[in-house]
Amino acid sequence: MNLLIIAISAALVNNVVLSQFLGLCPFLGVSKKINTAAGMGGAVIGVITISSALCSLIYDYILVPLDLTYLNTIVFILVIAALVQFVEMVLKKCSPALYEALGVYLPLITTNCAVLGIALTNVQESYNLIESVISGFGTAAGFTIAIIIMAGIRERNEFNDVPESFQGMPIVLLTAGLMSIAFFGFSGIL
Amino acid sequence: MNKCVERIYNGLIKENPTFVLTLGMCPTLAVTTSAINGIGMGLSSTVVLVMSNLMISLLRKVIPDGVRMPAFIVIVASFVTVVQFLMQGYLPDLYDSLGIYIPLIVVNCIILGRAEAYASKNPAIPSAFDGLGMGLGFTCAITILGAIRELIGAGTIFSTGSSALVDFTEMGFTPASIFILAPGAFFVLAMCIATMNRIKRKHGMKPAEVPDYIGDAEDDTKEQ
Repeated sequence: MNLLIIAISAALVNNVVLSQFLGLCPFLGVSKKINTAAGMGGAVIGVITISSALCSLIYDYILVPLDLTYLNTIVFILVIAALVQFVEMVLKKCSPALYEALGVYLPLITTNCAVLGIALTNVQESYNLIESVISGFGTAAGFTIAIIIMAGIRERNEFNDVPESFQGMPIVLLTAGLMSIAFFGFSGIL
Repeated sequence: MNKCVERIYNGLIKENPTFVLTLGMCPTLAVTTSAINGIGMGLSSTVVLVMSNLMISLLRKVIPDGVRMPAFIVIVASFVTVVQFLMQGYLPDLYDSLGIYIPLIVVNCIILGRAEAYASKNPAIPSAFDGLGMGLGFTCAITILGAIRELIGAGTIFSTGSSALVDFTEMGFTPASIFILAPGAFFVLAMCIATMNRIKRKHGMKPAEVPDYIGDAEDDTKEQ
């Protein structure tokens, strides 16, 4: 039950993009078409889930016993960068089809602050391994939901008559603001 | 010396990281619930930018091209950790209110962007000034955003939690608290960029665009 609450709260109530403002760059930069948005979402789910597990293990079994917890930012970012490279290499070798679909997104994920943000939040909340993985997966699922909805709205927005000054970035931000209000509705369910 | 002044002007106005390049959106939206938070975040990012630009520029001939990204990240992360400790020690209140966004300065795209675009190709002194200009541009932008949100959302100007410079709530102003919540961040930034776009159009300049990482060319090849 506790795990379910962690997952729902990470995915909907505290949506990573719309209420914590993490991972905004890919959210704005890769949400032009639903196809690419879904691809990015898939890649993010994979990377965040694995990196939450890895960072949690490293923190509990390496940094804490050695009393090096203050190095967590440096260690986590290196782990994430290495993990993304590794996933890219494995996908290229083992599953060219999947690499074809997700390959373009992987390098962008290293600088997605959601990945590092989740690793640090997990440590702050002192989640254990399973809780970290669930919270990572929930967060990534929330990211995917948000970016796909955003891409759907933007595809339709292209045909709308937007005032000149609001074309481009401002209208996208306004859309995100309205989505953020909508997601506030979820805060009642927990 | 002219070059240094030019770099600062470039960061503050011509290529303002927030309003023109729309980089570093996460801290821009997340910590601007008050003007003080904006200044704190802006200045700590500025320190990291100046130091990392200086360091990267000094080491630019030593770092091999193939591993430059990881090397830059390690340099930036080290300075962020130092700033984090200094803040925890000397400004504990600010440290608490900025929370997780301080370690996240590491992944602020402004910093890696400047390292890659400027510091890795230019000598040390201009690079440091480039960092200073960009940092100050970022600080100004998020302080303005923070001040607007604080004014409408809480009815205060430069509030530090217990005391404020001006407090409009005492004069009967009812704050619209949605502006210090998440949606307000998006709305205020949208308005600021729209205003900038309008001013720029009048002067015949290009308006800010949404960054597009994947690009149209690759989209087209995928669909075929």
